[in-house]
Amino acid sequence: MVTSSQPVPPLGLTLSHLSHSYEMPSGARSVLDDVSLDVEPGEFIALIGPSGCGKSTLLRLVAGLETPDTGTLLADGASITGPDPSRIIMFQDPTLYPWRTVHSNISLGLDIRGEKNPEAVAAAIRLVGLEEFSRAWPHQLSGGMAQRVALARALINSPRMLLLDEPLGKLDSLTRLAMQTKLYRLWKSQGFTALMVTHDVEEALLLASRVIVFSPRPARILADIHVDWPEPRHREDPRLQSLRAHILEQLETGISPLATA
Amino acid sequence: MSNSQTIPASASPTASSATTGHLAFAPAVFWQWLAGPVWLLAALVTWKLPDRDDFPDTGQFAFLLFAVGLCLLALTAIGRLRERAPWALVLGLGLGAWEVMQAKFLLLPRPFFGTPQDLLDVFLTDWKRLGDSLLHSLLLLVIGYVSGSVLGIITGVALGRSHHIRYWVRPIMRLIGPLPPVALLPLTFVIFPSTRLAGEVLMALAAGFPVAVLTWSGVSAVDHAYYDVARTMGAGDRFLVLRVALPAATPQIFVGLFMGLGASFAMLVVAEMLGVKSGLGFYMQWAQGWAAYPNMYAALIVMSLMCTTLMTLLFKLRDHCLKWQKNGLKW
Ligand SMILES: Nc1ncnc2c1ncn2[C@@H]1O[C@H](COP(=O)(O)OP(=O)(O)OP(=O)(O)O)[C@@H](O)[C@H]1O
Ligand SMILES: [Mg+2]
Repeated sequence: MVTSSQPVPPLGLTLSHLSHSYEMPSGARSVLDDVSLDVEPGEFIALIGPSGCGKSTLLRLVAGLETPDTGTLLADGASITGPDPSRIIMFQDPTLYPWRTVHSNISLGLDIRGEKNPEAVAAAIRLVGLEEFSRAWPHQLSGGMAQRVALARALINSPRMLLLDEPLGKLDSLTRLAMQTKLYRLWKSQGFTALMVTHDVEEALLLASRVIVFSPRPARILADIHVDWPEPRHREDPRLQSLRAHILEQLETGISPLATA
Repeated sequence: MSNSQTIPASASPTASSATTGHLAFAPAVFWQWLAGPVWLLAALVTWKLPDRDDFPDTGQFAFLLFAVGLCLLALTAIGRLRERAPWALVLGLGLGAWEVMQAKFLLLPRPFFGTPQDLLDVFLTDWKRLGDSLLHSLLLLVIGYVSGSVLGIITGVALGRSHHIRYWVRPIMRLIGPLPPVALLPLTFVIFPSTRLAGEVLMALAAGFPVAVLTWSGVSAVDHAYYDVARTMGAGDRFLVLRVALPAATPQIFVGLFMGLGASFAMLVVAEMLGVKSGLGFYMQWAQGWAAYPNMYAALIVMSLMCTTLMTLLFKLRDHCLKWQKNGLKW
C-alpha cells in the first residue's frame, strides 16, 4: 500500500558463492562467477556493471525465477526456492499486459491475491503521475510512461524487497530526476530493501547506500563501495564526483582490487 | 430543413444554409431524394403494366415496392439515409428492371429465371417451412460450432502448456487434422445413432481443429516475461492459464474462430444435403429435385443472411474482446 506509507519489515539477503550459467547450443555460457553478497535489511544497493555481464540474471535469481547452478540464496535466513510477493522485481522492459488498462495493470498483484484496494491503486497511479491515463491501453503510452506504470505495479505489492532493473532507464532526464527523488523518498518512508541495477553511476551514488561494481561476463564483484556520507546528496558534491571517476575507471579497466570508499 | 442535409450531416442539423440564405446544388442531397421515387416508380410500373403470364402476388410486390419507397422518403426527410442512398437507389432500379424484363416481357428462359413476385410468393406461402429449416440449420450449426470451439480452445491451451498432453495429442491432431471433415461424413453417419448427432459431431470437428491449432500457436507464442511478472506477484497455474495465457492468445484464437466458422458453414450445407433430413441445405436439395427454383433462391437468400449475421456477430464479439488492440479489420 503506497499511501498508507506503513513501513514494511525489510528483508535481509545473503548470497554465497553464487554461480550460474545458461545452456547454449555451443555449450554452457557462464554468467555469474562466485558472487557473494550480504545485504542488510533496509539497505539501498546499486548494481553497476558492463552491459551483458549478468546483472539482470542476478536479480532473477534473487526473485526466485531461476535457481543457481551452485551457491545459496537466503532471504532473512530462509532459502529462496521460488518467487514470492515479498520480493518484487521490476523488469528492464515494462512488460505491461496489453489487454489490461493502465489501471488494471497496476492492480495486477492485488487481483492475483484476490485483494481489493482501490485507494492503493489510485495512490500508486498518482505517485507516478499518470492520473489522466488510468483508462488508457498500454499501446497508447510512451516508453517512459510504460516504465512508470511498471514501477507502480511493483509498488502496489508493498514488497519487503524491491528488485529494480534499470527502472528509470527510459525516462527523459527531467522526469528521471523527479522519479529518482520519488524513489528515494519511497525507500525512506517504506523502508524496503532495494537492489537497483543502473547504468548511471551518478544515479547510483545519489540514491544508494552501497554500490556494487561487477566485472564483464561472467560477473564477479569488483568493488563494494559504501556511500556513507549523509543526505541530502548533491551531484555537485566533490566526494561524489571523485567516487564517480573512480568507479568509471574500474568499469573501464574491468579489473581492480576490492575497494571501500 | 431537410434540404440542408448533406451526406456527412451530423446528428445536430443546423440552420446554417437557411441563415446564409444560399442553396447550392449538392449532388449528395440530390441522390438521397432520388432513392425513394425510384422505388415508387418501380411500384407503379409493376402495378400498371400488364403481366406477360399469370404470375402470383403482383399486387403484393407492387405494394412492397411502394412501402419501401415511402420509407426511403421518410428516411431522407429525417436525414438518416445518407451514404446508404446510392445503394437504395441502385437496388430499386435493379428490382424494377428485373420486374420489367421478366414479368412484363419474359426475356429470360423460365423456370431457371423467375420473376420477383415468384420469389416473394415463396416467402409469403412457404415462410413456415423456410423458417423451420432456418431454425434447424441454426441449431445444428450453433451447437456444433460452439461445442467444437470450446473443445478447440481447451485442447489448444492444453497443448500449449503441457508436455504430456503434447506428447499424446499432437500425433492424433496431425493424423486427423488435415483430413477434410467431409471425408468423415459416411463414417459418422454409420457410427452415430442419429444423422443429427453425426452432423453436430462433424460440425464440431470442422470448427474445433482450426481453433485448437491457432489457440495452441497463440499460447506457445506468449512472451515468457508475462508469466514471470505474474509469478513474482504470487500467481498460481490457474491465474497463469486463465488470466495470462488466454488473453494473450486471444487475437490468434479469433483467427481460429473465424476459420472454424467458415468450415462449419461448408460442413452444414454438405451434412444437410447428404444426410440430415432438415435445414436449409435439405430444403434446397428438395427444391432443386422438384425444379422449384424460386424456392431454391429463397433458401439461398435466407442462408446467406444467416451466415452473414453469424459472421457479423463474431466480428462484434472480437471487437469487444480485442478492444485493447490498435486496429482490426472492419467487417
Ligand atoms: N535465457 C537466457 N538464455 C541464454 N543466455 C542468456 C539468457 N538470459 C541472459 N543470457 C545471457 O546472459 C548474459 C547476461 O545477461 P543479463 O541479462 O543478466 O545481462 P545484464 O547485465 O542485465 O545486461 P544489460 O545491462 O545489458 O541489461 C548475457 O550474455 C546474455 O546473453
Ligand atoms: Mg539487464
